[in-house]
Amino acid sequence: MADIPSDAPQHCPGTASEQAGKTSACQGCPNQNLCSSGATKAPDPAIEEIAEKMLTVKHKILVLSGKGGVGKSTFSAHLAHALASDATKEVALLDVDICGPSIPRIMGLEGEQVAGLSLCLSPRYVEDNLAVMSIGFLLSSPDDAVIWRGPKKNGMIKQFLRDVDWGELDYLIVDTPPGTSDEHLSIVQYLSSARIDGAVIITTPQEVSLQDVRKEIRFCQKVQLPIIGVVENMSGFVCPKCKVNLPPTTGGAERMCEEMNLTLLGRVPLDPRIGKSCDEGKSFLSEVPDSPAAAAYHSIVQSIQAYCLSHVTREESAG
Amino acid sequence: PFHLILSLQERQKQHMARGLPKQKPIAGVKQVIVVASGKGGVGKSTTAVNLALGLTANDPSKTVGILDADVYGPSIPKLMSLKGNPELTDNNLMRPLMNFGIPCMSMGFLVEDVAPIVWRGLMVMSAIEKLLRQVDWGLLDYLVIDMPPGTGDVQLSITQNVPIAGAVIVSTPQDIALLDARRGAEMFRKVNVPVLGIVQNMSVFQCPKCNHQTHIFGADGARALADTLGVQVLGDIPLHLSIREMSDRGQPVVVSSPDSPEAEAYRKVATAVVQRLEELSG
Repeated sequence: MADIPSDAPQHCPGTASEQAGKTSACQGCPNQNLCSSGATKAPDPAIEEIAEKMLTVKHKILVLSGKGGVGKSTFSAHLAHALASDATKEVALLDVDICGPSIPRIMGLEGEQVAGLSLCLSPRYVEDNLAVMSIGFLLSSPDDAVIWRGPKKNGMIKQFLRDVDWGELDYLIVDTPPGTSDEHLSIVQYLSSARIDGAVIITTPQEVSLQDVRKEIRFCQKVQLPIIGVVENMSGFVCPKCKVNLPPTTGGAERMCEEMNLTLLGRVPLDPRIGKSCDEGKSFLSEVPDSPAAAAYHSIVQSIQAYCLSHVTREESAG
Repeated sequence: PFHLILSLQERQKQHMARGLPKQKPIAGVKQVIVVASGKGGVGKSTTAVNLALGLTANDPSKTVGILDADVYGPSIPKLMSLKGNPELTDNNLMRPLMNFGIPCMSMGFLVEDVAPIVWRGLMVMSAIEKLLRQVDWGLLDYLVIDMPPGTGDVQLSITQNVPIAGAVIVSTPQDIALLDARRGAEMFRKVNVPVLGIVQNMSVFQCPKCNHQTHIFGADGARALADTLGVQVLGDIPLHLSIREMSDRGQPVVVSSPDSPEAEAYRKVATAVVQRLEELSG
């Protein structure tokens, strides 16, 4: 894992990189000798520490896409709400989108910043059994831009996993940014000694999205991350006035799932009230419980729960 | 002692800045316009493509190129119906692929369609450097750079390496998108890139059956953001089935349906962009 010490120059390659201590940017850095001696390249002890921490977390689910703007954060938030509706379950939502953290807004926790850059890593609670953590809480203003290069983002993610006191959890949901970059690699690497139940992949029906999503699926296969299934979001639209149903016009996610042998967990239609609920920080499932979109969400959540539980049984019976 | 502290700070600053790349213009390119957002999925690539085509539609004497800087999810090949590996010129530069009169370069041409680029930021930096410098663009009036979502490595690398005439920020009307768009604008302010304005995308949906208008992603939010940032709204693009359909087919709406209101909306954005650029340089 690439770490940037606080006294490193602008283009520090990271203490664990192959180039540590050897690039031109390393000239004059106080850590240069230490890095070039190779002492920093040992496996990151944080991985074991995190595995230790994660022993009290029963199920870990990543929400991925590859494509931006398909509804990962929206889905993660509502998955968390739905799971937490069972008061006996402890649920946590971790937002590792460092550059564009949407979770505080969607969960109605905006404005929970502490004045000044806070290093306080206590999760914020939406309900008694629903905890949330995001870099959004550590910024002094929700409009602050986080313009960080990879190694610094990785450090933050490590802290989120290792230093946040999650306690006993039934479900930890991780919302990711689009792409297959530092954040995704870090999450998978830091959780490599803890077991991830699997990934839920979000897409919209259009080809331009599916193209990126196929890459994400390949990424999961590369890093041996099981895929729980695919959710087709913004799948069709019902005109609120004349009620005409405008379904997606291409094979969409269903065809992709057939081709790649994945489960299509469900389709969520475009409903203007979803975006509105998110903007207001309210759960769409409570605001408009009898909408077709809410029904779709519930059925998808049930499938995910079933997957997680069957997975545990299989592992337990395997010994 | 104050004097000493100041020079120590200065020296530290210089020391930290060592290793920072020097900004160098791209050979042959007059002006670089970046299309960015902060938020994913708001239509940066769709806007970049139709903006480039709008620029040439408005003034056929101008030469425009597109650089797809989204290394992880390159959409430009699909949107421009382009495929294949670029040839190399005699001096080992990559020849951009051309369609509709627009030369394009993208990571999508260098890797297999389904292969994910699972790279950390540092490797992406050197890939971006190649896409910027090792391409035989020829002489271009405008190079439109389609940025990936976020405010990270790629954005920093590009703004630090290349002088940029201006940034077009794309957003949908909803608050969640505007939050990120605002961060994107803030980032450009920090690196001294002028923000030309905001494109409000997916502004409204008109039912093809009853013509009722639904603001699926909220109404007019981008205007409020533009006011806060002190920039103008460059254009309002509706959610129209044809934009998506044509995009998936690789036939951007500005060329496939030039008489449609959507194409007109994009051409208006191009006009506004040119106007803002002239205002800035004048």
